Amino acid sequence: MLHNLSIGELADRLSAKQISSVELTRHFLARIERLNPGLNAVITITAEQALESATAADRRLALGERGRLLGIPLIHKDIFCTDGVRTSCGSRMLDNFIAPYDATIVARLKSAGAVMLGKANMDEFAMGSSNETSYYGPVKNPWDTTKVPGGSSGGSAAALAARLAPICTGTDTGGSIRQPAALTGVTGIKPTYGRVSRYGMIAFASSLDQAGVLTLSAADAAAVLQVMAGFDPNDSTSVDAPVPDYPALLDAPLKGLKIGLLREFFDGLESRNAALIQDALKVFTSLGADTVEVSLPHLPMSVPTYYVVAPAECSSNLSRFDGVRFGHRCAQPQDLKDLYERSRGEGFGAEVKRRIMTGTYVLSAGYYDAYYLKAQKVRRLINDDFRAAFQKADLVVGPTTPTPAFAIGAKVDDPVTMYLNDIYTIGANLAGLPGLSTPCGFVDGLPMGLQLIGPHFSEARLLGAAHQFQRATAWHTHTPGGYE
Amino acid sequence: MADWEMVIGLEIHAQLATKSKIFSGSATAYGAAPNTQANLVDLAYPGVLPVLNAEAVRMAVKFGLAIGATIARRSIFARKNYFYPDLPKGYQISQYEQPVVGKGSLAIMLDDGAVKTIGVTRAHLEEDAGKSLHEGLANASGIDLNRAGTPLLEIVSEPDMRSAKEAVAYMKKIHTLVRYLEICDGNMQEGSFRCDANVSVRPRGASRFGTRAEIKNLNSFRFVEKAIQYEAARQVELIESGGKVVQETRLYDSDRNETRSMRSKEEANDYRYFPDPDLLPLEVDENFIGAVRATLPELPDEKAARFARDFGLSAYDAGVLCASRELGGYFEAVAQGLGRPHAKLAANWVMGELSSALNRDNVEIAASRVSPAALSGLLARIVDETISGKIAKDVFEAMWSEGMAADAVIEARGLKQITDSGAIEGMIDAVIAANPKQLADYRAGKDKLFGFFVGQVMKATGGKANPAQLNELLKIKLAGG
Repeated sequence: MLHNLSIGELADRLSAKQISSVELTRHFLARIERLNPGLNAVITITAEQALESATAADRRLALGERGRLLGIPLIHKDIFCTDGVRTSCGSRMLDNFIAPYDATIVARLKSAGAVMLGKANMDEFAMGSSNETSYYGPVKNPWDTTKVPGGSSGGSAAALAARLAPICTGTDTGGSIRQPAALTGVTGIKPTYGRVSRYGMIAFASSLDQAGVLTLSAADAAAVLQVMAGFDPNDSTSVDAPVPDYPALLDAPLKGLKIGLLREFFDGLESRNAALIQDALKVFTSLGADTVEVSLPHLPMSVPTYYVVAPAECSSNLSRFDGVRFGHRCAQPQDLKDLYERSRGEGFGAEVKRRIMTGTYVLSAGYYDAYYLKAQKVRRLINDDFRAAFQKADLVVGPTTPTPAFAIGAKVDDPVTMYLNDIYTIGANLAGLPGLSTPCGFVDGLPMGLQLIGPHFSEARLLGAAHQFQRATAWHTHTPGGYE
Repeated sequence: MADWEMVIGLEIHAQLATKSKIFSGSATAYGAAPNTQANLVDLAYPGVLPVLNAEAVRMAVKFGLAIGATIARRSIFARKNYFYPDLPKGYQISQYEQPVVGKGSLAIMLDDGAVKTIGVTRAHLEEDAGKSLHEGLANASGIDLNRAGTPLLEIVSEPDMRSAKEAVAYMKKIHTLVRYLEICDGNMQEGSFRCDANVSVRPRGASRFGTRAEIKNLNSFRFVEKAIQYEAARQVELIESGGKVVQETRLYDSDRNETRSMRSKEEANDYRYFPDPDLLPLEVDENFIGAVRATLPELPDEKAARFARDFGLSAYDAGVLCASRELGGYFEAVAQGLGRPHAKLAANWVMGELSSALNRDNVEIAASRVSPAALSGLLARIVDETISGKIAKDVFEAMWSEGMAADAVIEARGLKQITDSGAIEGMIDAVIAANPKQLADYRAGKDKLFGFFVGQVMKATGGKANPAQLNELLKIKLAGG
């Protein structure tokens, strides 16, 4: 079936005229129409524009143009501004917000000929690990619709796992690509901080946010990242360094590659989960890689550090949502204070408010040193830990999450338990490192993810290792029942 | 006030004369229709990011070099968080703990001619906010974000000033400097140059500072002087009547000439400063600094010293002439045209007739109706005694209003000075003959009548008699020679 093909195969069929982009687009739109109501993964469907874009792609194909993404459908996480299309960020605050411009990555993918089918559900302002904080309601995991898909890119992950599109963009501030990718059995990569432009991506925590992509394979991710990555003069934190040819580097031999096993990631890890990681290591060994044990002594502090830094930045980033220029405005404000209080009080959900309050607190006079500055110091220590680990290993591996997908509603009332779900993923964000999650098996019928973290700008190495692992295991080809 | 001493520090906000805003590509021109110079970045739309304008950095560094300040190789932009409708992001981007310009200083001249050095603590880059508009709107406020994101250099002084006059002299000096450097147009009506004054008082001789009040947003030299005077007097009166000054922000009401409390320290915002994660630390290297240094013009103090040395001017005159780069340039052109020995004459005319004509008709010196060459042409006729200084003033007026050259005016109006001794003697004889009583009185010892005779002869010659010759000849004639 078309929806199980890789991007490379789809591109081949498009260029061989075996199928048109319009047909491909119709195929996925039909799947969205049929399957999305049970998942709530897609919150805006742009069928008309999609067919126009597909027609344009077909014209380019007819003229002999070739491109890895030309005519290939995708779904954007609703955190990316899309010109003329509602960009809600999963919030009531932006329920009425039609973005007047394209995010840089949206523009890059558009000019590469990718066809946007719609926008994916997400945790409100990307704050959440279960996609339950969305104003548009929770997203269901296609493997078990009583379970969460993870978050915050939960809509993207669920849509991809259900084969509603071959590409879903995502963003990752503390694991928001890798964790949902793991919980839905797909591949997700968070590139190095600065590798992909943040311009037009609605900010949660600016020093941690990074755009990336979820796909059915590492090879597909390589093709998409190739287009997304690169310097953007509109983003001062994007890095002006050449982008390697990721697809061309996928088969770089793993012989002699030193893979570090992260000791701390196994503390208290459930045995079945740990066994999957050990199995994965054996696969790498069989591919010629060597394993070493590495340690990140400060890793246990990553969650508290993150929950100081991220709320601090978010409390400031979300100040612009004040009911004055765009977004939700309360009815009949009595005065300025009333306008602010009710617009924000009504527009933001509970988790967003919790983080704004936490962030405001840690930045306040008298607390700044004890919280924000302390967290920045620990952040440097974690960075140093990784640096030391990469002296011994070319990349490090461990589980992406402590457990498989949990039940919808199970953790909503306990934010701290929810936050601990990100324990393995947050470190890479604090250190700005690239991380990738690939399917590595099942526990209780639910997919689990293997996480690979590499030094800055080692995306090609991560993608290559994941690609060869996937070729050797085929975990990534498993499709949830009912979505084959 | 006799037993009290004022302590004043100023925070001057100079709007940098960049073409575009500090973090976006919007134009900074003044006076456009509301919100026509505000793009998505200025409006703080979701997802947008700031990009630092390198020109603003160049200008800040230029200022730092001009006051001999240390230039930070690495400085940080922070966010100052507060809610206000004219602040679209809900925070202002401003350099907080690590500004680009560190400690420097500059000298001011006091009324008695003494020179005092005022320390500059720091100067940092930040963005301006927009404005709220209330006029003509019923039950609503308008927001104009044209000014949002305009680059500002905030120049913070040490609390080194001890009188309102010193504060004004310092502010004027900075005003002169930023215009010399061409980094700010200095337009105070449009708000391009304004300041906040920190004022406290203490018993004369005390070593500790008193509690200060900050007077916000003073946009004229006169207001700075009056607001400080009022505020210091208020504080003294308060303390002398047993009260205590509280640390607070006050606003100066120029209509009523008083300051009023805006908010006290307790009510002050907690701005929750933290480094802006959207902007990398600003790094400037030696090459950058060297390139900026190469663009520095001759600075006001250097120019004044040169004028004093080369043209023999007093320090005061040289200082006045160097108050603006244009004025200094004008003077120098006139003085060079006339020759160095007559530079004092040129200085007097530039500071006198020319400046009053410019002020009277509200004309910028660059648009002066009498060019430096024309003025030196006029002054040359004084030097060569073609006309007297008094007649020259009339000629100047004609040049100013009719745009003619000095010689043409002198020729057309027949203003050439009479230097023919015979002619002058003839007129003296006629005057003496017509005033026998005065002559008798003079000869009887009423010396003051000499002036009467000078006036009569001048009148008879239409003011054209050469004054020195006239004096000499008149003395001889009156003595009976």
